[in-house]
Amino acid sequence: MTGPKIIFFVLAAAIVVFAILSITSRKILRAAIFLLFVLVAISGLFYMMNFQFLAAVQLILYAGGIVVLIVFSILLTSQINSKLDPPKLNHLLSGAVTAIGGIVLSSITILQFTFKPTHTAAIGTDMRTIGRQLMDTDVHGYALPFEVISVLLLAALVGSIFIAQKNRT
Amino acid sequence: MDYSFTLLILILPFAIFIFIGLLGGKMKPQLSGILGTSGLFIITLLSYVTAFNYFSHRTGEVFQSIEAFQFVWLQFTDTLIIHLGILLDPLSVMMLVVITSVSLMVHIYSLGYMKGERGFSRYFAFLSLFTFSMLGLVVATNIFQMYIFWELVGVSSYLLIGFYYERPSAVAAAKKAFIVTRFADLGFLIGILLLSFHTNTFDFTMLTDINGPAIAHPATAMFMGLSVTTWAMLLIFMGGAGKSAMFPLHIWLPDAMEGPTPVSALIHAATMVVAGVYLVARLFPIYSFSSPDALDVIAYVGSFTSLFAAVIACTQPDIKRVLAFSTLSQIGYMMVALGVSGYGGEGLGYMASLFHLFTHAFFKALLFLGAGSVIHAAHTNLMTEMGGLKKYMPITHITFLIACLTIAGIPPLSGFFSKDEILVAAFEHNKIIFAVQWMVAGITAFYMFRLYFNIFWNNTREYHHTPQESPATMTVPLMILAAASVFSGFVPFHDLVTSDGNPLHTEFHWIIAVPSVLIALVGIGVATTLYYRKNTKPEAIANGVKTFYTIVYRKFYIDELYLLITHNVIFKFISRPIAWFDRHVVDGTMNQIGNTTVFFSGAIKEMQSGHVQLYIWFFTSGVLLLALLILYLN
Amino acid sequence: MNLQGEIPLDYMIVLSTMLFFVGLMGVLIRRNLITMLMGIELMLNAVNINFVAFNHYLFPHRLEGHFFALIVVAIAAAEAAIAIALIINIYRQFGTVSVDDVDELKY
Repeated sequence: MTGPKIIFFVLAAAIVVFAILSITSRKILRAAIFLLFVLVAISGLFYMMNFQFLAAVQLILYAGGIVVLIVFSILLTSQINSKLDPPKLNHLLSGAVTAIGGIVLSSITILQFTFKPTHTAAIGTDMRTIGRQLMDTDVHGYALPFEVISVLLLAALVGSIFIAQKNRT
Repeated sequence: MDYSFTLLILILPFAIFIFIGLLGGKMKPQLSGILGTSGLFIITLLSYVTAFNYFSHRTGEVFQSIEAFQFVWLQFTDTLIIHLGILLDPLSVMMLVVITSVSLMVHIYSLGYMKGERGFSRYFAFLSLFTFSMLGLVVATNIFQMYIFWELVGVSSYLLIGFYYERPSAVAAAKKAFIVTRFADLGFLIGILLLSFHTNTFDFTMLTDINGPAIAHPATAMFMGLSVTTWAMLLIFMGGAGKSAMFPLHIWLPDAMEGPTPVSALIHAATMVVAGVYLVARLFPIYSFSSPDALDVIAYVGSFTSLFAAVIACTQPDIKRVLAFSTLSQIGYMMVALGVSGYGGEGLGYMASLFHLFTHAFFKALLFLGAGSVIHAAHTNLMTEMGGLKKYMPITHITFLIACLTIAGIPPLSGFFSKDEILVAAFEHNKIIFAVQWMVAGITAFYMFRLYFNIFWNNTREYHHTPQESPATMTVPLMILAAASVFSGFVPFHDLVTSDGNPLHTEFHWIIAVPSVLIALVGIGVATTLYYRKNTKPEAIANGVKTFYTIVYRKFYIDELYLLITHNVIFKFISRPIAWFDRHVVDGTMNQIGNTTVFFSGAIKEMQSGHVQLYIWFFTSGVLLLALLILYLN
Repeated sequence: MNLQGEIPLDYMIVLSTMLFFVGLMGVLIRRNLITMLMGIELMLNAVNINFVAFNHYLFPHRLEGHFFALIVVAIAAAEAAIAIALIINIYRQFGTVSVDDVDELKY
């Protein structure tokens, strides 16, 4: 049992266990916190795969942005004291069947394919390389998605302000 | 010469019908009346012109039958074609003259009789429609065209009988007439189909051709002892019997008197009811050569009907009913004459029948119009409520008397000549039928003069308001028809209309003429003694044979019998099951289909419940299922 | 560190699959709109793990998976913002954020 293996299994276990707890918890704030834990564990996983920038972005945006947003909305809709209703039995059963069936089907399908490992040299994942690639306009450059995402964020910004504003009298 | 102008004789009344029918509500009533009458005047002149031109040209000894106009309507095979056209031969030209003349008289009369009535324009529109249909019937070139116009005539009759549609009795009478004649037309249609199937043609010229398929090579198939041709001709006669009200399909004619009196004059005396006679005359060569059995049936049916109707007419108090039964009786005469007739040199019966048709049209129309005049003045239909009208209505009186003498067969009026020819033809063929018809002549004279005396003599009645003579528009047609009744007997019919087109040699048989006049005089005498002055003798006689009198008075209970059969047999055993089937099986199927659809839609509409989670679940499970199917279970 | 030798790609795939379907089940089971949103976030993260894993194991000389995951994070952020705005609007309109009560688009 080497180090990375142990760390991987711990992180994987954390992800799955906290995800299940998140969706079955009856107190909503606890569900949000369990989600936070899942996101942090995923960030750890990214760090393990040598994508430090992505891990940092995951922490900042997801854990520090979206979960905070979710907690705000919980507070705004004043549910923090009440317990959530348990799911109805037929919903539970059909959801479980779908989920388990989906897991089995997808795993079997994908695992039938043997992935050949490559031996090409890994590209560096330091900020310089990432920045260069991000601003690149050649074939493997990501300038266009970068600009598009900025437009999308603008739209999301304007949209959310407009949707959530109080009704103009 | 070119006879295509005869198309105008058909088109004009039809155009007038459409015109008055559509615009009559917006015109003044008198205008529609004048329009109808003038149109009819034009076509009367045209038919006289046609007749004059036609009968002045003979080819050799025979009159040609000319197709003035023909176009193809529906073609089945090379020879089985339904044409629409105009056929001119002695029979149809004679009928053209009769129909247009009587119709013109009725139009002029109606201007006075129907004045002020509600529905005046509608009346004239229907009269024009009827005239068009009847004319189309008589000039038909093929049997199918005749059938088409036959049905049209039935429709016009229905519309005119039910003219006073607010009276339930009129509505019932119209329905009865239409249903009975329609039932008879079923036989007619089957007969047409049989005949045309075996001869492969509808055309009259080909059917009545002596060397043609119907006569020279008839179908040899036999059914129950009679050949197919005989069955076809019997079925065709059934149609004719319905329209001409032969027993037992006579029930509609007395009830048809619910219509206005001029309508009765036109349709139920002079023109429509003789359509059956016309039909048999048209197809006479086939009857004569290929199915003489059918002719025997026709003779017996006609003879029975004339006796039957004459007996009933002696007891009826309603003027129009008496005249209706009289019509039945006289048409019976015409059918008898056709039934006892041979062909060619022995075609006396044929000629006599059509001669009687010709004269009967005039004097029967005169009788009805005179009755209308009397009814108009006395405001009642029953002769028991009339009497002594001769001092108030001289013109009506004289013309009515002339008509009664004519129908009784007193020389030198026209009725004597035509009835005499029929008696001669019957004598030469079948003595029993001759005897019956001879007796009926006497009974006819009796009941006609019973009618005459009850209306115009018996001066003991007081009227609420004094009856007055009818206006000129009503009396002038009476006078014209009276003149026709007197003089139409002198038309040399035997030269003009015969079974094969050759002129027929006739001679005067004293041995028949004298007894027929004698029995007519006997009938008149009996009527005079009983009815000349009001006395108790008629009631005494009626009470003496009370049961028999009641049976005759109720028209031998035939109407009740029909009602019994329809209600107890047809309604109970045929209509009810069919209605049950329709309501429960047919409607039930439709309702079940509807219910099933509603049920399934109720089940499916749950899929649009508005719950987002349900949609997501459907979506994902559908994707997974499809993936499973495509990847693994292919 | 290069995980190629230590942890086979299959483990990552199984992990991401499980996380995805757990998130799906969360969407299907939960009656509260906000908890449904949490399930959606879980699904998005599962996808991210998948992209990054394939990038690391099969295409180490390129950064496509990495950038895709980055874009996905940005989009997830935008989408969560809009979703929260909608939820707040629904709360104002219906007085509740239970998904059973927002079923007016139906037959």
